[in-house]
Amino acid sequence: MLNVWIVARREFSAYFTSPLAYVFIVIFLALAGGLTFFFGQWLERGQADLQVFFIYHPYLYLFLIPAVGMRLWAEERKSGTIEFLLTLPVTTGQIVIGKFLAAWVFAGIALALTFPMWITVNMLGEPDNGVILAAYIGSWMMAGGFLALSACVSALTKNQVIAFVLASALCFIFMMSGVEIIQSFFRAWTPQTFVESVAELSFLTNFNEVSQGVIDIRDLVFFLSVIGVALFVNAAIVEAKKGV
Amino acid sequence: MTTLLDIRGLTKNYGPITAVDNVSFSVDQGEVLGFIGPNGSGKSTTMKIVTGFLTPTSGTVEVAGQDVTRYPLEIKRRIGYLPEGAPLYGDMTPISLLNFVCKVRRLSKEETKRGIDYAVEKLHIANVLYQPIETLSKGYKRRVGLAQAIVHEPELLILDEPTDGLDPNQKHEVRELLKEMSGKKAVIISTHILEEVEAVCSRAIVIAKGKMVADDNPLALQTRSRLHNAVGIRLPVAQAQACIELLNGLGGVHQVRTTLETATMVELLALSKDSSEILGSVHSAIDEKGIQVNEIYVERGRLEDVFRDLTFAVEGLQQDPDANTETSNA
Repeated sequence: MLNVWIVARREFSAYFTSPLAYVFIVIFLALAGGLTFFFGQWLERGQADLQVFFIYHPYLYLFLIPAVGMRLWAEERKSGTIEFLLTLPVTTGQIVIGKFLAAWVFAGIALALTFPMWITVNMLGEPDNGVILAAYIGSWMMAGGFLALSACVSALTKNQVIAFVLASALCFIFMMSGVEIIQSFFRAWTPQTFVESVAELSFLTNFNEVSQGVIDIRDLVFFLSVIGVALFVNAAIVEAKKGV
Repeated sequence: MTTLLDIRGLTKNYGPITAVDNVSFSVDQGEVLGFIGPNGSGKSTTMKIVTGFLTPTSGTVEVAGQDVTRYPLEIKRRIGYLPEGAPLYGDMTPISLLNFVCKVRRLSKEETKRGIDYAVEKLHIANVLYQPIETLSKGYKRRVGLAQAIVHEPELLILDEPTDGLDPNQKHEVRELLKEMSGKKAVIISTHILEEVEAVCSRAIVIAKGKMVADDNPLALQTRSRLHNAVGIRLPVAQAQACIELLNGLGGVHQVRTTLETATMVELLALSKDSSEILGSVHSAIDEKGIQVNEIYVERGRLEDVFRDLTFAVEGLQQDPDANTETSNA
């Protein structure tokens, strides 16, 4: 556990030694705010809630989270530091978890910095703060899911751009798997139970429930399972790719 | 003497390619082992297996009696490792990197302080401790890499081309450091700088195409050179022809080569048959004939020749028998 913490701390501070952290936070806040005000017409709606704020999160994460995750392993492999890291007395699993946690906390900080939205809505009206909290938790969980997928893809390549593009594509598939187009694609040639399980994997379906403040334990379990499985695969990829 | 590293029948395949082929050797405390071989011969792969980065296809590696695949963490704690090219986190400063390594290695506060002080002093990196590593010169980067490898006083120190990219003074310092540290530890260095092997190693293993082709101390390896016990003579041009004829007539001399020819001076090299000692007979013959020479010396042999002889055949290259000396005068 201590090793996970040590790895996570190093990884976390690595975000802030490069401009990446600041660029990411600024872009995230600008887009999150912009979408809410201009596309969501938050003020015009005249409702004291943050639903239009959260509704855009899946789309924001689709390309912003792969940008956070792309460097996690690709950079280590490119610069060769992976050999340095993996010959320290730390297990691959501890490194995988440590790196993921660092990135997840970073994403959490970016998300938490949207707090002016929450202050604003409280000044303008009397929102249900429980719903808002639930939506924040759900959003962070979904970010974790996207991030674990991105970390996993990052371990496949030495090239961060490839990692970014592939991770975005993978996240897109996971996000949209509940949507009709993807569903009909599978329906043509797979059994109904498979189609249903693909739909269950949809980030969008799972997130929409949470974002409306309905914290269903199943949705949290869903995101945590995605994270768990993706990190397990991540560790397997790191092990398999060491000598290459 | 305790055996710190024991390798038995180590083989590593990458698909159809055999990078390391049935290598066996052991290293004792106090030894400095030079691992030499052409590029791509399997030196780095062997080191990566010992440090637990790669897993062997077959064979066993034991560090201080423990198998690396079964006790990876215990063994990684005992080892200090500098990977080839000294990859380090460019965004960190040397001091934060050293602190990170000490934390991961679970050193106490005192051990951390002592270890970092020692490494910083020995490698002369005090003035760059707070600069990002990516802004440092190659020499400094290499020294920071060495510092992180010795900070926890490892029993087994494995350095993949530690002096690559250093200037002659820095190379000298690193060699002195290795000599100084070798007493309590076992050190393995890979290199293709053969003078380094002569300078610091108590033993040398030559590896080519994944196979071990020699395991001996550097002096003994030198005696395998075709130039071993050859006699070099420097003399005025006027005397050269007579001397060459004289040497060719001697029983122990296999061949006489002119290695250098200037307007006034000639240098000859008399190769001995089967590397036996010929200085005595050459010397007395020259004295008898009354040939005046400026200098006469015995060649101990050159590791470079031995290296080439040992590795050329395995690498499947054609060797020109006179590739390493200039003109033949037999």
